[in-house]
Amino acid sequence: MAREKGVVLLDFWVSPFGQRVRIALAEKGVDYEYKEQDLFNKSEHLLKSNPVYKKIPVLLHDGKPICESLIIVQYIDEVWSDKAPLLPDEPLARANARFWADFIDKKVYECGTRLWKLKGEEQEAAKKEFVEIFKLLQGELGDRKFFGGETFGFLDLALVPFVAWFYAYETFAKFSMDEECPKIVAWAKRCMERESVSKTLSDPNKVYEFVLFLKEKFGVEY
Amino acid sequence: MASDGLLNGLKLYGSWASPYTHRVQLALKLKGLEFEYIEEDLTNKSTSLLLHNPIYKKVPVLLHGDHSIVESVIILQYIDETWTDNSLLPSDPYERALVRFWCYFIDDKLGTTLGTVFKSAGEEQKKAVSEVHENLKLVEGELQEGVFKGRRFFGGEKIGLLDIVLGCGSYWLSVFEKVADVKLIDSEMFPLFCSWLKDFEEQPEVKEIIPAIDKLLEYAHGVRQLMLSLSSTAGDPTTTTTTITGDDQGSKD
Repeated sequence: MAREKGVVLLDFWVSPFGQRVRIALAEKGVDYEYKEQDLFNKSEHLLKSNPVYKKIPVLLHDGKPICESLIIVQYIDEVWSDKAPLLPDEPLARANARFWADFIDKKVYECGTRLWKLKGEEQEAAKKEFVEIFKLLQGELGDRKFFGGETFGFLDLALVPFVAWFYAYETFAKFSMDEECPKIVAWAKRCMERESVSKTLSDPNKVYEFVLFLKEKFGVEY
Repeated sequence: MASDGLLNGLKLYGSWASPYTHRVQLALKLKGLEFEYIEEDLTNKSTSLLLHNPIYKKVPVLLHGDHSIVESVIILQYIDETWTDNSLLPSDPYERALVRFWCYFIDDKLGTTLGTVFKSAGEEQKKAVSEVHENLKLVEGELQEGVFKGRRFFGGEKIGLLDIVLGCGSYWLSVFEKVADVKLIDSEMFPLFCSWLKDFEEQPEVKEIIPAIDKLLEYAHGVRQLMLSLSSTAGDPTTTTTTITGDDQGSKD
């Protein structure tokens, strides 16, 4: 069976994980075909491309699938290595970027989900945890322009899609990221000055509406 | 003469029964790197460990000079990128992506379900056993059909990153079978996986790293008794149990 040439992205519009890949592709100037997936009725194409996890995003390069957003981003960085390097050069800096990106994956989305799913004491606990997570990230950022230093890179794009979810989280859990983690909010604004980011991230109001939709369908994983 | 470990400035904090520690020890050995090893008592963690891994407070931790690197798969890639002879990762980007993916799968799914088999009993354990089988089937499938088809090791003729990650920990399969009284693998169900594992375990560097099976059995027996008695009183697993079930969490990188 002939493999479809070119770059195809199987994704879901509001997914911060998919957005990491879209930002990486935009930074590298790679042309690709975007295929929106229905996660409540998964296509054969998606199930065949990611039989292990059945999740988006999946990048298909000349028909060969690559899964897991951070793995896809590293693949993009290695294949289109002539432009906009995402991971730093130096092994220690790379290990550090991977560590924090992995930390974000382990903590942010799961904790964020608890902010809108839970109520009362459990929600308060989730809020405390969420702020702690971002305070740690804020500490890592320090006074730098980006997590990558002077240039936008791997760790910036690993985190920035979640910024579009702040409004929803703040509204449901009643807190302000600007008050709790002002340096993160300032960093987010600098990221949004990049076209790759501003054109990719979802409108926070649309994210809020999506979370409302998820709340109605309480307990359905997307 | 100065300690060999200090020549490279390498120190490894680990635990003798931790497969995540073994991964790093094996990688350092394959690269021919001397290092100083510090055994951690996981029930009484040293201030050094807590200083160098404040977020997760786990082993393994690799210290290179003043810098600490944590999370085993991240450490392995750091070692591979710093000492570039005898590459652990393939050079082709697509194959590298596949290796990273399967490393993630091993820690995220296989390791987790294996841990559940060990920690549980009855229906919960039965369910976990069938999940382990499903996960091993996926690995077997990769060896049969995927990019790694026909190879002696995932890394080709020599052990690579994926061999290290999958291999260090697969010895728990036979240990858990005896301790938890379950059937996890046999060469009929998973012929390619079993022949790969046999080959891996016969490598001289691997033999030097993996603890004696009877030591592992004794340790696992003790931990399982403790876990079962704790779960019957609805307690949390102790720190010692996490050595086996996941003293560092899988990472995708």
